[in-house]
Amino acid sequence: MYSYSGKCLVVDLTTQSTRLEELPESLLSSYVGGVGLGTRLLLEKSTPGAEPLSPDNPVVFVSSGLAGTMVPTASKHAVVTKSPLTGLVGDSLSSSHWSLALKRAGYDALIITGMASSWVSLFIDDDIVHFRKADHLLGKGSSQTEEAIRRETGDNRVRVASIGPGGERLVRYACISNDSNRQAGRTGTGAVMGSKRLKAIAIRGTKPISVWDLDGLQKVCADLYAKAQTSATEKYRMLGTPANVLVLNRLSALPTRNFQQASFEGAEGISGEHLAECYLAKVTACASCPIACEHLYRVQDGPYAGLEMMLDYETLFALGPLCGISSVPAILKAAELCDFYGIDTISTGGCIAWAMECFEKGLLTTNDTRGLRLSFGNHDALVEMVERIGKRDGVGDLLAEGTRRASAQLKGGSEHWAIHSKGLELPGYDPRSMKTQALGFAVGLRGGCHNRSPSYEVDMSPGVDRLKAEPGRGLLNKEKEDFAAVLDSLILCKFIRRCFEDFFLEASRLYTLATGINMSPADLRQVGERVNNLKKAFNIREGWTHADDWLPPRMFKDPIPSGEAKGAVLSEAELRMMIDDYYKARGWTAEGLIPPGKLKELKMDDVIELLNG
Amino acid sequence: MDSDMERRYIHCDADKCTGCRICELVCSASKEGRFHQELSRIRVAQPTPTIVTSIACRFCENAPCIAGCPKDALSMSGETNTLKLDKARCTGCGWCIEACDFGAIMLDRSTKSVVMCDLCLSLPEPRCVEICPKKALSLSTSEAVAQKARDRVATTSKKCIV
Ligand code: SF4
Ligand code: SF4
Ligand code: SF4
Repeated sequence: MYSYSGKCLVVDLTTQSTRLEELPESLLSSYVGGVGLGTRLLLEKSTPGAEPLSPDNPVVFVSSGLAGTMVPTASKHAVVTKSPLTGLVGDSLSSSHWSLALKRAGYDALIITGMASSWVSLFIDDDIVHFRKADHLLGKGSSQTEEAIRRETGDNRVRVASIGPGGERLVRYACISNDSNRQAGRTGTGAVMGSKRLKAIAIRGTKPISVWDLDGLQKVCADLYAKAQTSATEKYRMLGTPANVLVLNRLSALPTRNFQQASFEGAEGISGEHLAECYLAKVTACASCPIACEHLYRVQDGPYAGLEMMLDYETLFALGPLCGISSVPAILKAAELCDFYGIDTISTGGCIAWAMECFEKGLLTTNDTRGLRLSFGNHDALVEMVERIGKRDGVGDLLAEGTRRASAQLKGGSEHWAIHSKGLELPGYDPRSMKTQALGFAVGLRGGCHNRSPSYEVDMSPGVDRLKAEPGRGLLNKEKEDFAAVLDSLILCKFIRRCFEDFFLEASRLYTLATGINMSPADLRQVGERVNNLKKAFNIREGWTHADDWLPPRMFKDPIPSGEAKGAVLSEAELRMMIDDYYKARGWTAEGLIPPGKLKELKMDDVIELLNG
Repeated sequence: MDSDMERRYIHCDADKCTGCRICELVCSASKEGRFHQELSRIRVAQPTPTIVTSIACRFCENAPCIAGCPKDALSMSGETNTLKLDKARCTGCGWCIEACDFGAIMLDRSTKSVVMCDLCLSLPEPRCVEICPKKALSLSTSEAVAQKARDRVATTSKKCIV
């Protein structure tokens, strides 16, 4: 076997012991890596019904057969655990040098189980694992933690994945950060790490990675590098994802003031175009990425002068229009604080926007906020609220629970504008003016997510009426989800997808060139369907029901008030129709359950065995 | 030292470099037959998220690594103007690594000797220059790099506008 080590490192924090387990080739080729292999290992290692923040919930880190090679954008890892936000599968991706370090230390996967009796960090020095006291690291953000660990180990090759003060305090959407500005952002993986009293995982990986056909791989990769400089990636290279702001604003799909509007009067001033002109400091790339989409911005003057931050569209939308904020320096500052506390920017923005609406409707008062005027557009309040969430201070403690729990606690009708699916706050696409994406958000296996169910692409493609729900969208959503699952398991970045002419042909070839494992285009295509059925099987085991596939009341009751899609709203009947259509396309029952034959058809006998045993 | 060829080295345009480290991957693939960035002859430095460049041996005119080597294992080839290592003499002590201001020498623990850039002289073009996706790398002489700087200052300096 090439590229893969076939090794999984299992670390038990309760007993402070480690062991190595073999990952057989059949398992690797079925689930490939990343989200697929991660969910498979989670299913095997977790107790059914385990509390997400208990020692019984393992957290799995997985690399892939392509990571660490020169395959463009493949230097990524997945973090998979049961989400404290949704109670279902929580899978999140991050990238760059920590991912490489894990692979070069000789592991395809790392599983953390149990719970330490006092705060620890791990130092994985190739084959040797050290458990270290971590009390002195508490309260530090990811960059500071990284710096401190590098100083202590005396080696700046050491790469660190860590949680911030938000993860220590179990903010339900805390993330795990690495390489100072990369995050496994969504679904609260950082809270799970925090519940285990594990502050950081430092790795020094120094081993080489051999591939099956080095010359063949180099040729294919060189072609992809060249394609990555063409129009296939132009958006990401030129403006980065902030290019979405003006596009979505024009389509009435830019969620504004907690989805009360779908276009923002301040859009120009926070657009990718404006950021590039007035704030851009540098464009950088993740490890092994020829595209380079990371746009780093610098604040020149004012109270945040000197601040340097990376921004992508999702962070920009969530801390900007969603909260009615048009001040770029304040958005950058709030993003910096999210990174410091180690909390997901989308959920943070979603929670603050929910609270702002509660404040404006009188459900939260200055008594609850210690005098803070928590209204839309108040950028000082935005910055202050990020701090309070990170510290679980005052009303921040309520918001740290996520909008689903916070609204259930506050009541007063606030569930109406708690904008989540299955507890995961929605990203920056308005489902009322993008109806295939509405379906994607409703049925999303990790909750409302444009990455796992990227059907906004369907809505934005020529010939599709995005304001209309029609039969056939179920199949289109399924196809988008399966394709995303293949990318998330290989692991490749979504931004490289257009550089392939025939994705399954070329990607299966890359996989074989790297690993020496035979993989046909049809095999690879099936991986996507397999992985989504696996995630669904996990969710069903953890108590998912039909009623969980739905959207918040606002989407059905409050039409979009202005802009190109003025009046657009979702009807319960049309969402129901698309969901039925989707279950059918998946070959699931009318209740959305997996019929017995489906797992067999997908050659998932190992999973059938796990579910029965 | 007299030389047949003007001194050339791998120059990185830091404005273009993104820190992707693809140069490290291909250099190690070409020299080691596998992906092993620790033994790449070109290495990327990114001390802060916005400061990034890649660095390979500069074949210094008055090379401190040569002077620093207690075993006289290093020399500058007059013919190609690249650094040569006498493997039989090298003990892997690492004095040259300490002497180099550019971090351009790497210790290979498996062979117990050091490695550095050789400009891929046997290839039509240095591998890293060929593959860098952002065209940040070039095989340059000091004079060529200096001329670029002159051109840059001439285009940006107001003094030149009459
Ligand atoms: S390949 Fe080019 S852009 Fe990437 S790190 Fe090397 S020099 Fe910089
Ligand atoms: S190894 Fe360092 S000191 Fe020696 S010639 Fe190269 S750059 Fe100069
Ligand atoms: S010229 Fe060749 S040896 Fe030197 S850094 Fe580039 S690829 Fe490596």
